[in-house]
Amino acid sequence: MARTLQSNGEVAISAEHLVRRFGSFTAVNDVSFHVEKGEIFGFLGPNGSGKTTVIKMLTGLLPLSGGSALVEGLDVATDSESVRERIGYMSQNFSLYYDLTVAENLQFYGRIYSLEPARLRRRIDEIVELNGLEPYLNRLAAQLSGGWKQRLALGCAMLHEPKLLFLDEPTAGIDPVARRQLWDLLFELSGHGITFFVTTHYMDEAERCSHVAYIYYGKLIADGTPNSLRELPDVQPHGTMRVEITTPEVTRALRFARQIPGIRSATIFGQSIHALIDDHCNLDDLREQLLKHDIAVGEIRPLAPSLEDVFVELTYKHQALLEAARA
Amino acid sequence: MRNIFRGFGAVFYKEALHVRRDAGTLFFSLTMPLLQMFLLGYGVDTNIRQINTVVYNADGRRESRELIDRLKNSDTFHIFSYVQNDHDLNDLIISGKTRVGIKIPVDYSDRLLHNMSAQVLVLIDGSDSSVAGQAINVTTAIGLDESLRRVLKDRADFAVDMRPKLLFNPDSRSPNFFLPGLTAIMLLNVTTFLTAFSIVREKERGTLEQLFVTPVRPYGLLLGKLLPYLGIGFFELCLILTFMRFLFRVPIHGSVLLLALLALPYLFAALSLGILISSKANSQAEAMQLAFLPILPSVFFSGYIFPRETMPAIFKPISYMIPATYFINITRGVILRGATIKHLWTDGLALVVIGTVLLIIAARRFQNKVIMA
Repeated sequence: MARTLQSNGEVAISAEHLVRRFGSFTAVNDVSFHVEKGEIFGFLGPNGSGKTTVIKMLTGLLPLSGGSALVEGLDVATDSESVRERIGYMSQNFSLYYDLTVAENLQFYGRIYSLEPARLRRRIDEIVELNGLEPYLNRLAAQLSGGWKQRLALGCAMLHEPKLLFLDEPTAGIDPVARRQLWDLLFELSGHGITFFVTTHYMDEAERCSHVAYIYYGKLIADGTPNSLRELPDVQPHGTMRVEITTPEVTRALRFARQIPGIRSATIFGQSIHALIDDHCNLDDLREQLLKHDIAVGEIRPLAPSLEDVFVELTYKHQALLEAARA
Repeated sequence: MRNIFRGFGAVFYKEALHVRRDAGTLFFSLTMPLLQMFLLGYGVDTNIRQINTVVYNADGRRESRELIDRLKNSDTFHIFSYVQNDHDLNDLIISGKTRVGIKIPVDYSDRLLHNMSAQVLVLIDGSDSSVAGQAINVTTAIGLDESLRRVLKDRADFAVDMRPKLLFNPDSRSPNFFLPGLTAIMLLNVTTFLTAFSIVREKERGTLEQLFVTPVRPYGLLLGKLLPYLGIGFFELCLILTFMRFLFRVPIHGSVLLLALLALPYLFAALSLGILISSKANSQAEAMQLAFLPILPSVFFSGYIFPRETMPAIFKPISYMIPATYFINITRGVILRGATIKHLWTDGLALVVIGTVLLIIAARRFQNKVIMA
């Protein structure tokens, strides 16, 4: 596992060797990571890889089968009630009461956290202002669009001024504008020292995080800042470089590209191919080789690895390790 | 300071809002019991009268016709038809058109005139035990009465004179018997469904999971969910009692206040049962099926329809675990027998115990979040 993060600030979450089993199935297998205060921590991984399980363990919804976790300095296993006072949680399906109005939803969650009436009023005003919910206050939550539901859910999770917020796929199924607005809001709040633990499928969202980790079938296989991950030897082995080859015939080009000596791996990205090549390869030679197979080649230019490249490489590597272990 | 009821007020208020928003469900759950009440109150009469009877009178003389008149006058038998042979007599019983067949032999009058014992054959369809029982009793009584009249020609007083007197329900009115029991079943039905659904809905929506991430405590959550429905159940009780008293004319001999007071632990037990069901069910469809489970034993083992005294011994313990058993005793006790707290406090206590145990089991299930796994 890659550990490249240098800890220098205060820690919001410290997870040590987390394990969660369901019967004979190990959903979370020896996962350790640290999240510093004020970070936007992106937690990535394919569906069913254990993201939500980790969130549920850290929020006290699921007991740990092994390991330990400190959230805001408190042990989730022994002090889960105090943990719950200090964190906010927004689940994938925006847990709102659809038959209550926006205002009633906010009031309910405020009361649940036992906010005094004066503070509750002040917090609701602040949240409404921050999320622009004013025009919808008396509307039933069911009548809001996806983006507004998500803002309301976020508002409900923030009423009690938690210093740490868990957002489980906050942007799943909402439109791109609402997605952008949510991220702007997260940056603003993180500027005020609030820590975010965000799971997502979107790689562009991962790029915006100050710290990302990638979980693959229960194992954490990457952990660090986006830039530090790009420089990992597994992703960018010594003596290699990454290039983008634009071509109108991506599928055919990919087939031949993989046979060209010097190309270590290649994948399709839209109208182009991303390839990892030996850095002594000449880009003009590469173009010649492809043209020989009647493949029209547009541009070939060096490319920094995207986070998607990073995760793809690490996944391949991890799969290879698993297979080697099995053999 | 840890408050084990934390979150109660917030949940209670929110739940009340849900109830107000969902007027349809509320209306439905309040009117369904009344509908059932009308069906049972008007449509069911347990007093057995006018049993269809077929008569084969092979004798046909005055004595035999007198006997038939006595059967008719008992109000128990309705002479459906007269037949002239054994085959037709059997046939009508087998076809189900009549339940009783009476055959008066050809020598009936002769034997009576010669002071000999005359036999009358009474065939009874045993497939419905209460009808059969009534037919046996009435025919036997008429036979006995006929015999005595012939022996004691001077109509002297009987040596032993049994004078049965029906207490509490002197006219044996069926509504008096059914409606107090129905009250218990209906309350159970409505409240169990309402609470089970209100929690399962939150499970489906994901809001329950959200609540578990807040500092709300299981007892705060469960009691906050339970109490609004206790209110509805109580209102339902008042509605049922009003209809029972003024529409079906069932006199209430005891204190309505006592009945209302003892209804509280019953509703509490029924609601806790609903919560327990909701901890097991993950969808409303599942909750629907599970909520039916307690209904049948409550109907059959509580004494609502069949007396508990005739229950096989192994089922007796079951009847003691059913809240309806106690509440039916309470409703019949207060309404029909004018019972007071002195007679009924054990039933009330049993309900408190059952309700508390159910709620504790449910709260533990929520605490351990078995439902989340």
